[in-house]
Amino acid sequence: MLESPKELSFEATRMALDSAGLELKDIQSVVSGSAPDAFDGMHMKGEYLLDGMGGIGKPNQRVYVGGGTGVFTPIGGWWNVASGMYDTCLCVAEEKMSPLHPHPQYAFWSIFDQILERPLGTTLLWIFSLEMRRYMHKYGITEEEIASVAVKNKGNAVDHPCAQLGAKITVDDVMNSEPICWPVKRLDVSPPSDGAAAVVLASEKVAKKLTDQPVWLDGVGWTLDTTHWTNRDLAYPEYVEKAAWMAYKMAGIKKPRKEIDIAEVYDPFDYKELHHMEGLQLAGKGEAPKMAVDGVTQRDGDLPVCPSGGLLGVGNPIAAAGMMKICEVFWQLRGEAGKRQVKKDARTGLAQAWGDLMQVGTVAVMRS
Amino acid sequence: MSQKITSYPGHEITPEDVKEGKYLDVVYKFEPKYSWAAGVAISRFLAELKEGRIIARKCMNCERILVPPRMYCEQCFRPTDEWVHIKDTGTINTYSISHVGTDARRLKTPILVAVVDLDGATPGMGILHNLGEVEPSKIEVGMKVRAVWKSSSERQGAITDIRYFKPIGEE
Amino acid sequence: MTPGLSTRELMFEAASRAYEDAGIDPRKDVQSFICCTEDFWEGISITDEYMPDQLGAVLKPLCTISSDGVVGLATACMHIMSGIADVAVVESHSKISDVLNPDEISSFALDPIYDHHVNADPRFVAGLEMARYLKETATKRDYCAQVAVKNKKNALLNPRGVHGANLDKDAVLNSKVAASPLTELESSKTIDGSIVFVLASAQKAKKLGNHTVWINGIGWSSDTPWIEDRDMAKAAYAEQSAARAYKMASVRNPATNFDLAEVDDTYSYKELQSLEALKLAAKGKAGKMIESGTFDRDGRLPVNASGGSLGVGHLLEATGLHKMLEAVLQLRGQAGRLQIPGAKKAVVQSWRGIPTATGAVAVLGN
Repeated sequence: MLESPKELSFEATRMALDSAGLELKDIQSVVSGSAPDAFDGMHMKGEYLLDGMGGIGKPNQRVYVGGGTGVFTPIGGWWNVASGMYDTCLCVAEEKMSPLHPHPQYAFWSIFDQILERPLGTTLLWIFSLEMRRYMHKYGITEEEIASVAVKNKGNAVDHPCAQLGAKITVDDVMNSEPICWPVKRLDVSPPSDGAAAVVLASEKVAKKLTDQPVWLDGVGWTLDTTHWTNRDLAYPEYVEKAAWMAYKMAGIKKPRKEIDIAEVYDPFDYKELHHMEGLQLAGKGEAPKMAVDGVTQRDGDLPVCPSGGLLGVGNPIAAAGMMKICEVFWQLRGEAGKRQVKKDARTGLAQAWGDLMQVGTVAVMRS
Repeated sequence: MSQKITSYPGHEITPEDVKEGKYLDVVYKFEPKYSWAAGVAISRFLAELKEGRIIARKCMNCERILVPPRMYCEQCFRPTDEWVHIKDTGTINTYSISHVGTDARRLKTPILVAVVDLDGATPGMGILHNLGEVEPSKIEVGMKVRAVWKSSSERQGAITDIRYFKPIGEE
Repeated sequence: MTPGLSTRELMFEAASRAYEDAGIDPRKDVQSFICCTEDFWEGISITDEYMPDQLGAVLKPLCTISSDGVVGLATACMHIMSGIADVAVVESHSKISDVLNPDEISSFALDPIYDHHVNADPRFVAGLEMARYLKETATKRDYCAQVAVKNKKNALLNPRGVHGANLDKDAVLNSKVAASPLTELESSKTIDGSIVFVLASAQKAKKLGNHTVWINGIGWSSDTPWIEDRDMAKAAYAEQSAARAYKMASVRNPATNFDLAEVDDTYSYKELQSLEALKLAAKGKAGKMIESGTFDRDGRLPVNASGGSLGVGHLLEATGLHKMLEAVLQLRGQAGRLQIPGAKKAVVQSWRGIPTATGAVAVLGN
């Protein structure tokens, strides 16, 4: 995009303030989220961005948990308000991946162990393809079943005005797309993108004055698994499960599959949506593919997943992507999602993001 | 996006536009240089690789044999206790065939990469490495493999002292 | 410098000591872990990947706050106050020995379009600020040198005082120019280190230890990131942070409230500027007070009795935690030869370093 990182942040921040009917002076603290500094091409990126995010003269925190940052940013806002220290908090997530040449992908090389992994020519795609292979092997899942997620999400994204890759495609299209890092093929993966998204959080008494349709952040959870990702069985994301239960416990949810109406699950790759659904206890181990193929996760299904079109369809500006999911759940719970609005009456929603070397789970439970 | 918002800001541009000079840009190269201290555990690991051996650490409390070795057990949160040599054979836990390089450029020859669970370590303790001397379509999860080492004069004390792992199969 | 240990091994040592001191088992007793790091100082993107194991945080809530260690402490406070944690751990470190060209990295934080092209030691930002500060406040150049003399001398008694030295003003003023008017001996040097703090709710703290130090107030703030827009004579971020921390701790007269202060002295003039921002000295008067010995170790208000960053060393994002550590040791009566008798109340202030205008303040009591 033409906009500089500061300008991108400003646009999202301004839109969030407008939708809340607030001005910057009403905001007491700011939480920002942006993933690797390498993308925007700066050290201490949080400092650079803070004026675009309305942070001058305010307490600022930049939170950072890799790809999980997008859902973690509003969690940061949550603790600013829930601690009683502040009544209003602005949460902004921004990512501009395009400045990095020759390809944003390159920044991911530096997430690997300097001594034991980088010399092998690592790329981020490797850990995903290794995990996908393991997941498929353990539960006997086929590439076609996984491809149905890409078809769903890219199709859903056609109705999202900001979508980068919204399109009506078929499972065959996905199967025939070029293999990048087998079993990952081109249409199984989300694109690098530029983007920013923002939300305004407020304490109960302030929220009730501002709107008669507040959406509450009822549960938050986050977990980080061991650095030694090659020592784990990649078929199941335990870190997502732990983060989910932390959030569910806070929100008083005991049977997630029944009590969650809609879920924005992190989908940088199609198989990840299924993998995470299982971690989130929305499907039994190895059972998410059947739910996808049976249409349960479609917009008119019993548990719509990624009605926005997700990262696969809308785009993947790392930190902003998770925030985009929070925003989508917000709009869905208020009935404002237009053509993407799910059929069922959604009261409880969930947004989840993932990050690092298959390590981070960040989960937020929202209710209207 | 909320249905209440009918238009949103932002100017989309393409990399080609930028290359053609339609927009002003500032280009700079950033070259941070690091010399990471490997630390006690990995220094020993690398020294052993130079000798053509793989070494692990044992935690007496949970009795796990850990590779890559570490001076602290992350489950028990205590220092690990002794060095243990393990085998250079293992089982493929998972694998992939990569057609792109580190910078997303297409490769002429795909790189074969796998997580290999090493024999002698606690089951499931894997390391990341490449595969070689194998037809990609024949690789399977569960396949038994052995390390192929560089010659002793070529070894430097690096993870690349192992060239790759190859299937044991037909030996 | 610690070339024998990897960053993670260094952290394990620090964490083990902290947990032993607090009497807790991280695998059972801690609900939140917070790390304060910046990717480029580590040479790794997404540094939190490499944090959990050595802190005992595997499969537990751990996050990174990309800011100074004191902001990490504020985060831990918020976690405890919101009820999501009873015990929270904060860690930050510097492994500068791993970085071969730190100036390149510091320069990389400058605005890419407007400032990055300046092909000079990035400390030019401090030089600009110092020149403005001296002019606006009519502070004598000598007074800045006096800060370096005081702090380096104090560090001689500090077991951690890597850069302690017995110098006089002239030696400092005549040392090599770093970025005029700043000289090398007025610019702190970066060292390695890892610091871990364990925080607990009031209830839990009562059960755990008899060495508790309380955070009575904490505040953090940022001024504009545009160097050109700032009023360089003052540390606005420190003023704003102090105002918030003082309000929270009900401090009405900062100048007479504290028994000691550990304030930012990344560069000599910064100590003067920060003291004025914290209202521990009236505007333009800090220099004179240093000269007259008010802030000496045996003066009315010891400032950086530990030696500060000039005497001990700068620890990148862990600098704020270093200052906290020195203050906490004082309030526990465990500061050894550095001990200020009867120390009960302390104020700690940190700054993120050039080219930022972000910092934090904490008010402590025992």
